[in-house]
Amino acid sequence: MDGRVTDLAVETSGLVKVFGDTRAVDGLDLTVPAGTVYGVLGPNGAGKTTAVRMLATLLRPDGGQARVFGHDVVREADAVRSRVSLTGQYASVDEDLTGTENLVLLARLLGHRKPAARDRAGLLLEAFGLSEAAERQVKTYSGGMRRRLDIAASILSTPDLLFLDEPTTGLDPRSRSQVWDIVRAVVAHGTTVLLTTQYLDEADRLAGRIAVIDHGRVIAEGTPGELKSSIGSGTVHVRLRDPAQRPEAQRVLTHALGVPAHAEADPLAVTARVSGTGSEYGAAEDASRVLAELTAAGIVVDDFSLGQPSLDEVFLALTDRPAEPATEEAAA
Amino acid sequence: MSTQTTAQTTTQTRVEPEAGQSAAVTYAPVAENIGAVLTRGDRPKRPSPVAASTAFGWRAMLKIKHVPEQLFDVTAFPIMMVLMFTYLFGGALAGSTEEYLQFLLPGILVTSVIMTTMYTGVAVNTDIAKGIFDRFRTLPVWRPAAMVGYLLGDVLRYVLASITMIVVGLIMGFRPAGGVVGVVAGAGLLVAFSFAFSWIWTMFGLLLRSEKSVMGVSMMVLFPLTFLSNVFVDPATMPGWLQVFVDASPVTHLVSAVRGLMAGAPATGEVAWVLVAGAVIMAVFGTLTMRLYNRK
Repeated sequence: MDGRVTDLAVETSGLVKVFGDTRAVDGLDLTVPAGTVYGVLGPNGAGKTTAVRMLATLLRPDGGQARVFGHDVVREADAVRSRVSLTGQYASVDEDLTGTENLVLLARLLGHRKPAARDRAGLLLEAFGLSEAAERQVKTYSGGMRRRLDIAASILSTPDLLFLDEPTTGLDPRSRSQVWDIVRAVVAHGTTVLLTTQYLDEADRLAGRIAVIDHGRVIAEGTPGELKSSIGSGTVHVRLRDPAQRPEAQRVLTHALGVPAHAEADPLAVTARVSGTGSEYGAAEDASRVLAELTAAGIVVDDFSLGQPSLDEVFLALTDRPAEPATEEAAA
Repeated sequence: MSTQTTAQTTTQTRVEPEAGQSAAVTYAPVAENIGAVLTRGDRPKRPSPVAASTAFGWRAMLKIKHVPEQLFDVTAFPIMMVLMFTYLFGGALAGSTEEYLQFLLPGILVTSVIMTTMYTGVAVNTDIAKGIFDRFRTLPVWRPAAMVGYLLGDVLRYVLASITMIVVGLIMGFRPAGGVVGVVAGAGLLVAFSFAFSWIWTMFGLLLRSEKSVMGVSMMVLFPLTFLSNVFVDPATMPGWLQVFVDASPVTHLVSAVRGLMAGAPATGEVAWVLVAGAVIMAVFGTLTMRLYNRK
């Protein structure tokens, strides 16, 4: 069974999972090359977690095929399990146990003898900055520390493929960037990482390729650059002092950028996409021109920013409708 | 509002106080350290079923070490049961409490330990809710090991409960004719049967949605099963239809077997009945448990 040489970490075709009336995953086709970070981007309920759980052998697919390093996730589940690790959305560590005990337990379950298990636990705690907290129960850990321990537990087995399901959801900005650094270190060592996220900036920073999924299927796939050029490289957000000036502001933005500007639900806000392809300075030049023209038109601006497109805007661009947060994901 | 701030407000909903934890404040992941861990992974051979089960059993012990309050139900509860029923029924049913205790102790021991088995289901269910199950289920180990681990921890609890009750009984005047050997054999049979019986609760722990429903179902089964037996009174005084149920109950046979062993007059037939019943329960509910564990 091991004979099949493959450079693909994950290969799915027509993968389906149904919960009651909901087709959580509905014909998912994914191809993840080995040795990279692959981002799966989508809103809540898009089927990200369900897809990852099937690939990690936790859920049985209802249709289609999925292979991990050439092994079928149903028929060769054990072979898959010996090469993958999963860090789920909900911390999969034991809160009653200490950091050391959690890792020693897993090391023993992976076949290390007790002294070797202790050794390895110590090394991991050190590498993840948890040495001081090693002998404390996990329930006393902060969210960021818990997540780090969780990832440490996942790489204990030196997996070839690491699934990170929304690894930074619920974390403060500093902890987020620590997780990002960890992901970079893991992949630099040759482990493939499949990361799900709701944040475009996260996928953009980490992933070599991104699949955007919605209603259980892939609606766009490519490098972050390819995706961004298809949806514009950013968005200008303007907040006015006087709501009466909004129609005028919309005209100015539309004229300056050559694309329609949107009036937001907030009566003071206007947004518009910038392509940034017109000049070597990219989106920033577009933005500064907009600001200058608004000032020239006598429009008072209280807040002005240039941001990456949000997931909502990505969806708007790809599907002509905003991302709908669904609730099924929690049940999955 | 910029999208950057939108993203941040959602991620900041759970900002944790990390002040004072200098390691967390200054921690910056070093690629070489993390790489070193990954390189050192000379993957060992997968553990044997026994080694994997022992590791899970060790986890159960650690949980007892960190949350010793959970031993309340295998120490205080059994003591309460012995005292309550001996002094409540003793005078009325057997003329004296001391005489009643000779009859009651093996039975109340069985009742208490069998009732304790339901906590296995609660523990399984709690772990599922917390997500640690996902971790265990993605490990390439012998599949039943996680379940056996729970039960190994529970065996310790059954032993503790048995020792507590026997000691209290001895203080109150329980004088078993079977001596040390008889008492140990009786308690051993009880613990062995309880290990098998607990597989019913691992199944319910996996099947039911919440801890409360596991408790509910357990009580529904355990109350009638333990009270409608020969624990408190001789079944000969019961109406005929009830005797049918009582005689068929595994608890009745278990109590007879334990009583016999402790009284120094082993009822071989009853002991055999209990062992076979235990094996059947384990085969049926162990299979169902593993099927649910693999499907979940």
